[in-house]
Amino acid sequence: MTVLLVALGAAVGAPLRFVLDRAVQGLHGSRFPWGTLTVNVLGCAMLGFLIALPSDEGALALAGTGLCGALTTYSTFGYETVRLLEERARLYAAANAVVSVLAGLGAAACGAVLAQALG
Amino acid sequence: MPEKSPWTLPGHVGRGMTVAGPRGELGWAVLAVVAAGGMAGALARFGVQSVWPSAPGGFAWATFVINVSGCLLIGALMVAITEVWVVHRLVRPFLGVGFLGGYTTFSAYVADIRRMVAHGVPVTALAYLGGTMVAAVAATWCGMALARLAARAAAR
Repeated sequence: MTVLLVALGAAVGAPLRFVLDRAVQGLHGSRFPWGTLTVNVLGCAMLGFLIALPSDEGALALAGTGLCGALTTYSTFGYETVRLLEERARLYAAANAVVSVLAGLGAAACGAVLAQALG
Repeated sequence: MPEKSPWTLPGHVGRGMTVAGPRGELGWAVLAVVAAGGMAGALARFGVQSVWPSAPGGFAWATFVINVSGCLLIGALMVAITEVWVVHRLVRPFLGVGFLGGYTTFSAYVADIRRMVAHGVPVTALAYLGGTMVAAVAATWCGMALARLAARAAAR
């Protein structure tokens, strides 16, 4: 059952990442990977919210492991960072790493605060 | 004068080199293979995390290994499909966006860091934060370098 919930969540999360990434990246022509940053921060906020709610194994499998796990990505983040380094955009590469982690942590904390405020 | 392609503007990153791929390929087939790949990747991640659970105040080795191995694979994959072979248009969305995107996770990485801090092991949290970051970037670079080496060896 849990396996099914994870798969179902991922079937929504992965295409959602693809569509959001393109929509955000299409808004501007910057080489900075705003699209991946957006989905990663959004997924961190959602998972922070979920974890702070009263524990529900099914909801965590579907929306946490499945949806948030597939909505966010480390592989694309890693690849884009290395591509920026290869293009000698070292400042962008460093900024991408630092901003992703700080914004992700901040978003997760905001999600947790929101969950506690509602609960 | 560099050759102009529809998705490359002066000073802008070429979408052909990104994981998502060039624009204008958005269709139901692409979304379907992204979803299928994402499901397979997420299940692989869930499997690794299930057989290798981490203690609440411990280093999240499963997520670390998942994210670093996913980075090694994406490096090799992107070189293989952008520099070595011409592949079917659904390969990149299935493997790169779908499978590896669903396999690796940024949300669990951040949740792991928060969990370690909450359990009073900030040094472990910091080691995990920096360790994953450095290992992931190094693994991506290694994946790309190894794929380029293999392609050169095969061409000889």
